[in-house]
This record gives sequence, structure tokens and C-alpha cells, in this order.
Amino acid sequence: MSRRQSLSRSRAREARRAAANGLMWAFAALATIAALVPLGMVLYYIVIQGLPALNLAFFTHLARPVGEPGGGMANAIVGTLILIGLASAVGLPVGILGGIYLAEFGNHRFGAGVRFAADVLAGVPSIVVGILVWVIVVVPMQGFSALAGGLALGIMMIPTVIRTTEELVRLVPVSQREAALSLGATHWRTVFKVVLVAARGGVITGVLLAVARIAGETAPLLFTAFGNRFWSARLDQPIASLPVQIYYYAIAPYDDWHAQAWAGALVLVLIILILSAAARYATRGRLRAIR
Amino acid sequence: MAAPSAPQTSVRRRGLFGANAGDRAFRWGTLLVASSVLALIGVLAYELTTASLPAMRQFGWRFLTTSTWDPVHRVFGALPFIYGTLVSSFLALLLAVPVSLGAALFLAELVPRWLRGPVSFLVELLAAVPSVVYGLWGIFVLVPLLRPAQAWLGQHLGFLPLFQGPPYGIGMLAGGLILAIMITPIITAVSREVLQAVPVSQREAAYALGSTRWEAIRGPVWRYARAGILGAIILGFGRAAGETMAVTMVIGNRPEISASLFSPGYTLASALANEFLEATQTLHTAALLELALILFAITIIINALARLLLWSTAQGMARGVRE
Amino acid sequence: MKPGWLRVGALAGAAVLLAAGCAKGPSRGPGGSGQVTLTGAGATFPYPLYSKWFDEYEFAAGVRINYQSIGSGGGIQQLKAGTVDFGGSDTPLSDQEAAAMPGPVVHIPTVAGAVVIAHNLPKVTELRLSGETIADIYLGEIRRWNDSRIAELNPGVRFPDAPIAVVYRSDGSGTTSIFTHYLAAVSRPWAGRVGAGKSVNWPVGIGGKGNEGVAGVVKQTPASIGYVELAYAEHNRLPYARVRNAAGSFVAPTIEATAAAAAGAAAAMKQDLRVSIVNSPAPNAYPIAGFTYLLVYRDQRDRAKGEALAKFLDWALDDGQAFAEPLLYAPLPAAAVELTRAALRTLTFRGKPLLAEK
Repeated sequence: MSRRQSLSRSRAREARRAAANGLMWAFAALATIAALVPLGMVLYYIVIQGLPALNLAFFTHLARPVGEPGGGMANAIVGTLILIGLASAVGLPVGILGGIYLAEFGNHRFGAGVRFAADVLAGVPSIVVGILVWVIVVVPMQGFSALAGGLALGIMMIPTVIRTTEELVRLVPVSQREAALSLGATHWRTVFKVVLVAARGGVITGVLLAVARIAGETAPLLFTAFGNRFWSARLDQPIASLPVQIYYYAIAPYDDWHAQAWAGALVLVLIILILSAAARYATRGRLRAIR
Repeated sequence: MAAPSAPQTSVRRRGLFGANAGDRAFRWGTLLVASSVLALIGVLAYELTTASLPAMRQFGWRFLTTSTWDPVHRVFGALPFIYGTLVSSFLALLLAVPVSLGAALFLAELVPRWLRGPVSFLVELLAAVPSVVYGLWGIFVLVPLLRPAQAWLGQHLGFLPLFQGPPYGIGMLAGGLILAIMITPIITAVSREVLQAVPVSQREAAYALGSTRWEAIRGPVWRYARAGILGAIILGFGRAAGETMAVTMVIGNRPEISASLFSPGYTLASALANEFLEATQTLHTAALLELALILFAITIIINALARLLLWSTAQGMARGVRE
Repeated sequence: MKPGWLRVGALAGAAVLLAAGCAKGPSRGPGGSGQVTLTGAGATFPYPLYSKWFDEYEFAAGVRINYQSIGSGGGIQQLKAGTVDFGGSDTPLSDQEAAAMPGPVVHIPTVAGAVVIAHNLPKVTELRLSGETIADIYLGEIRRWNDSRIAELNPGVRFPDAPIAVVYRSDGSGTTSIFTHYLAAVSRPWAGRVGAGKSVNWPVGIGGKGNEGVAGVVKQTPASIGYVELAYAEHNRLPYARVRNAAGSFVAPTIEATAAAAAGAAAAMKQDLRVSIVNSPAPNAYPIAGFTYLLVYRDQRDRAKGEALAKFLDWALDDGQAFAEPLLYAPLPAAAVELTRAALRTLTFRGKPLLAEK
């Protein structure tokens, strides 16, 4: 092969490679836009429908019967926050510790079984989780409760948190672990102080995704937390929640209830937005640079 | 107590009682928690099976092949729902995975650091929208937009059985589309995290050898991230298969099997959600819970297949790199 | 531990404890300061009316009632499991279902409602249909709007040559039960092929979820037809049909027509309060109507709750009926009220009736 031929071949190859590179970026950019467009449309719709009904009464009053002005979802907002707290109390420890187990010790059949179980749990419809908790908690207690609702939602958080935690912990480079160990740290200290901290961003993402999802679930709450027209923050009594209230209003025939349903949806999205921002801010750090 | 299966770390005995106990507690503590997940699935499987027994006794395996769902005459069959779940979930994956992976790639690699946080945040915000709201948005916004699109598809590509039938808007296509939108944030966010977690050293090695960014991603980065991304997709599939509220509002809720994307369909999860709250006959409730059991089985099968796929392609590099 | 985790965790924990710790407002659990709280679950159809009732009754008698509309079946399930004090159902319990309950159940009809046939034919101002034509449409026998069977009921009206987009309720519901019972009563092919119930095997059509879902689909889909509760058709401004009743007249689903249907059933109610009022023989009755019921155990286990429940139901039959019409429900006819009150008096606590004779 002459020098000229080989040069032109390699130039052609270079051009191909550059083109492939460029194509990838174009595709990736388009994909991101494609992901953001529905978001924009949905959020826009929620804001347009919900903003008009958002007023002070919405945040401070309880529900009023149809036709009476001044109704609100105050108890539902508080209820959702409480349920998120209870769900996290169940879902976070199980998810994070479970994910750590799988990453650190889980390379055998039992670990594979747990991993499998978590993935299967991801596919269980929310209503089935609600029925399960109804059978094992509500019926024996002979009553609905916020605890039952929190348990159902917590169970639904587990797959996302456990999966994300495992994957991100696995990806922490061995060099970081070895560094800690060589300084005399025990295994568990290494995991909690070095590995988990390094994987923290990803774990938080998993947690926030899980919280965002369960905050908007209706079906599991219908049989567990039930719903409450009155103020209640007690954990052993039925409790109101935004998704359930939104659901009831959305399926009713009245326009002002519909408007309130949209306002509720807007508030729910805002709550998740605030929680996410707060969580990210609280756990920001400089460790990302070390990779 | 050196764990024979502890992957990356060699647990050093410090000889001090405290450290050993700490590690032991750590190991058994996390083991306990992990087993609770297994126990949960066990309890679920048990409860679902016991509750479906009346239907299983009545119909046996025919349940999986019958297409009729008739609560009045007490004939129940799951086939149309199985079809509906599989088609809608795979349609959702087909639409969501390229978009999600592309967006994850973009966010992890291309976007300037100051923009990465806000844009990722926005994508994750999609996950915060309640499913009921997705359903309503679907009926009031998506379906009216789909109708002319379907009419166009029917006109120009109507020779394909995929695009035949009246363009109502409501149907399998709407269902798949809504699901795709709902699972995009999960797949994108988790994939993005996984891509970001790939050690810089891997990329640097590739660049040192003269590869373009795309080649670096296609090679070492992908091998490193592959398992995590598959995990993200599995999570997405799980969500799609189990979603009830949003799908049931736009899919048409008709238990029939049709090749066309324009026809109405019905999924296992939607049927369960629609009828469970009202079912009072024992056989009806049992049949519904058997649908849940079937969904359970489908999720297990798909997961097993996905793992097989990963295992067969992961020989060598992926595991090795992590050591 | 990294301060970040600690901060977030502490804040979250504090928030939960704070919220749980302070029971704001006048809410006290049951048994606190002598106030009784009742829990109920069930039908969605009467929810707007019930929420008005509970509000008014709390003001009148100080009893708080927490009702959640999780569906008639849900209400029955919860009543059976003992997690609620009363259930709401659009369809009464069958004998089998009643036998499966832990104790005898009393059915208290509260109001009646109409199921209307809504359509999306913008140029048709008044549509008249008969039971048989509706059944044929839902069976798939009549497929196009300009079919002669529809035309002959509507002389002078021009129908488009379009296929009929049939819409049904995909979720089990009392509305479906009323509608299918009507179709089974007026059409032998329907009774044979499909039958009646809260969920049926629909021969044709697409399913919308809930009354709102069906109304939404009908509103959006040209040339469609669907059945919904009256309130949904009104509030969504959907035109609906006049249906030919057993006496032969084409009746619109007004409150009076629904009340007429309810009145026509008074005789049958003497045997059993669980009556179907579809296809009523009364001359100006609307044929597709039904009662909605509250279900309570005849033998109450808690004296305070039992008394409160009985008194509330008594109020509902009396003062409560006044709130029905503005919300588009038909109040119970006088004869039905009397019979229901008699049923109320059978409620007992340890053998003694809870309501004194008036």
C-alpha cells in the first residue's frame, strides 16, 4: 500500500470516526429534548389547571362539600408529608442496607435470590401491595391507619433504592476501598465512611426517585391509610393524603373539584421538588472529583 | 471470618475484639435486612396463591389460554391481559429506552457541569407526577393529539396490520406512550448515575489510546456500566408492567387481542385495579388475584431472561474490572 | 457520619414527630371527650351528597363521619372485615353475599339516581331511543348512526353516516349494574348473551374508567355513545337521550321522572328493601334508575356508635332528603321512607332496639 493510499484510508477512517462521534451527540441531544418535551407539556398542563385554584384556603382549610367555596386540602398535604416520612422510615433502611449487603456480600446464590426478589417487587402493582398490607396489618388492627399506609408505600420504595444503592456501591473503585483498608479501617467503617459517601449522589437519586413515585400513588392507600375528612396526624388512625384526595376530586363531576384536584397535583409536584432540592443541597460535596 | 464471597475487599482481621464484632454485626445486620426482602416476596407469593386457589381449582391451566372475561357467567381467562401487559410494556420500553439512554448519555457526558444538575433534576421531576394525573393528562391532552396522528398513520401505513382500525386515539398506542413517558425518568436517572460513576481512569485509558468520546463510551465505559444500565431498564419494565391508574384511563380497557396498535387493550394490572374495588363474588376476586399472580410470574420470567442475557455477555471484562 | 446525612435525617425525623405529636384542631380520636366518630366506605355515586350530609350532620349533632368512596365492592369488603361501621353500595347484596357476611345486614336506601345515555352528535338536539335499540347498539347489532332502527324512533332527524363509537364503564360499578339490569329487562338477546352485573363481558366498545372517564371519552370522541350518572352528563354539558319507558313514552332523566320510578317500587319494597327500579311501569318514570344503599349490621356491637349510626340514618331519611335535589339526586318517595324507617327500627344493641319508636 502506498503512503498516499494509507494516508487517505486513515483520513477516511478519521472522518468516519468523527462522524460517528457527531452522530452520537446529535442523537443524545435529541433524546434529551424528547425526554423533556412531555415533561414540559405535563407540567404546563398541571400549572394551567391548578394555579387558578391555588389560594390560601387551599393550604389551610379542609375539604368542603361541593358548591361551597373555601375548600382546601390542608389535611391531605400534612398527611402526605407524614406518609412520606413513614415510608422512608421503612424503605430507606431496608433499601440502603439491603443494597450494601448485595454489593459487599451478595455474590452467591442467596444474594442472587435477594436481587431477584427486589426486581420482582418492582413489578408488583401498587394495588397488590395495598391488598397485602390490608391483609397483614389493617384487618388484624380492625382499622385503617397511617402506619399501614406508610408500610405499603415503604414496601414500594424498596426495589428502586436497593437496586440503585447496589449498583452505585459496586461502582466505587477498588482503589478507594483499599486506601481505607490500608489505613486500618474495618470493613463496615470503610463502607459507611468511604464507599457510601462516594456513592452518595447515586444513592440519593435512587431515594428521590422512590419518594417521588410513592408520593403520587393512590391505589395502595385506599385500603391502608384510607383517607380522612378531618384533621388527623395520628399514626393509628386513617389519614388523608394528596393522591387519594386528587383521585376523589378528579372522578367527581364538578368543575371546582376538578380545579382543586389539579391544584393538589401541582402542590404534590412542588413538595417533591422542594424535598429533592433540599436533599441534594444537604448532601452535596466535593468527593465527586475523585473518580 | 473472611467471607469467601466478599468481592472486592479483603476483610482484615485487626485482632481487636471491637473491630471483628463490628464487622460481624455489619454483615449479619445487612443480611437480616436483605432477607426481609426475600421474605416479603415469599409472603406475597403465598398470599396471592392462597387467594387465587378458588379460581385455580375452577379453571386450571385453561385460565392462561381463555380469552373470555365474563363476571356474570363466571368464566374467566387471562390471555388478553397477558397479551396487553406484554405488548404495552414492551412498547413502552421500545419508546423509552433509546430516549432515556440517549438523555442519560447526554447528561453524563456532554452537558456542561453547571447545567447537569438542573436538567437531571427536571427529568427526575417527571417521576413526581402522580399516576392519576398522567392518566388525566393522557385523556385530555395526549389522546386528542394522537387521534390525528393515528389517522395519518392509518392513511399512509395502513397496509401494516399495526396501524389498522378506527383512529379513536384511545388504545394500545396511547397506553404504551403514557407508560414510556412514565418510565423515562427512572431509566434516565439511574443510567446517568451509573455512567457518571464509571471511573475516570477507564476513559482516560481509552483516550490515551486515541479513541473518540463515542468509542470510549462504546468500549470500556459501556462494559463497566452495562450491568447498572440493565438494572435501570429492569426497574423501568417493572414499573411499566405494574402501572395501573394511568394506563387504565387511556388504553380502552377491552380484553381483546389485536395486532393493531390502534385497538383498545387491557393489562393485568389495570384489570385488577378496575375490578378489585367492586368485586364481591369469591370466584371473581380469586380470578383477579390470579391475574396478579400471573403478573408476578411474568415479572420473574422477564427478570430471569434479562439476567441470563447479562450473564452470558458479562463473561470476562465486567466482573474482572470491578476486582 | 457525614453532616449532610445527619442534617437531612434529623430534619425529616423532627418533621414527622412534630406533625404526629400535635393533633391540630378539634380532632380527637374516637372516645376522646365523648365525641363519636363513625367510619364508612363505599359507593362513589352518592359521595357528593353524603359529603354534604356529613357536614350538615356534624353541625347538627356533633357526630363526625369519615366516609371514603373507594367503591361499592370496597365498602362491602370493608364492612365484612369489620374495619368500617357502615358501607355504601349502589347494588344491594345478593342472598349469597348477605349469607357470607358475619351478621345480618340491613339495607337502607338513601336516594335514587338516574343513568343517562349521553352522546356526541353535535347536530342532533334531541335523541330518542328505546331499550331494544340501546341493547342492540351495545350488542353490536346496530353499528351506524343512520340505521333505520334509530331513524324510525326519531322522525325528521338527520343522522350522520358514521359508525357508533360505543363506550362502557371498564371498572365494576353500580352504574353498570343498573344499566345492564335495564338492558336485560328489555332485551332478551342481551339477557341471554351478556346478562347483568357490576362488571360484564361487553360485546363491543371501549371502556372508560369511572363516570368521569366515560364522560371524558364521549366528549372527545365524535359519534360516540355512553352511559353515565346524571350529574356527570350535566356538569360535562353532554347531551343525553330520552328513553322510552315501559308505558311507551319517551322520558327525559329528570328528578321527577327518577322519583316516579322510585315511587313505582314502593309495593315491592314491602317484601324487601332491595329492589330494582329499572323499567318501572309508572307512566312518567325514567326507566334507567336505581337506589343507592347504606349497609349496616343489624346487631351493633358498640352502643355509642350504634346509636349515633341509627340517629344519623334517621336524620338522612328526614332532613337529609332536602339536600338531594340540588345535587341532582332523587329523594326517596314517602312510602319508601316509611318502609325504610321500619327497617331502621330493627337495629339493635344486645337485643334492644337502638331507635325509640316515634
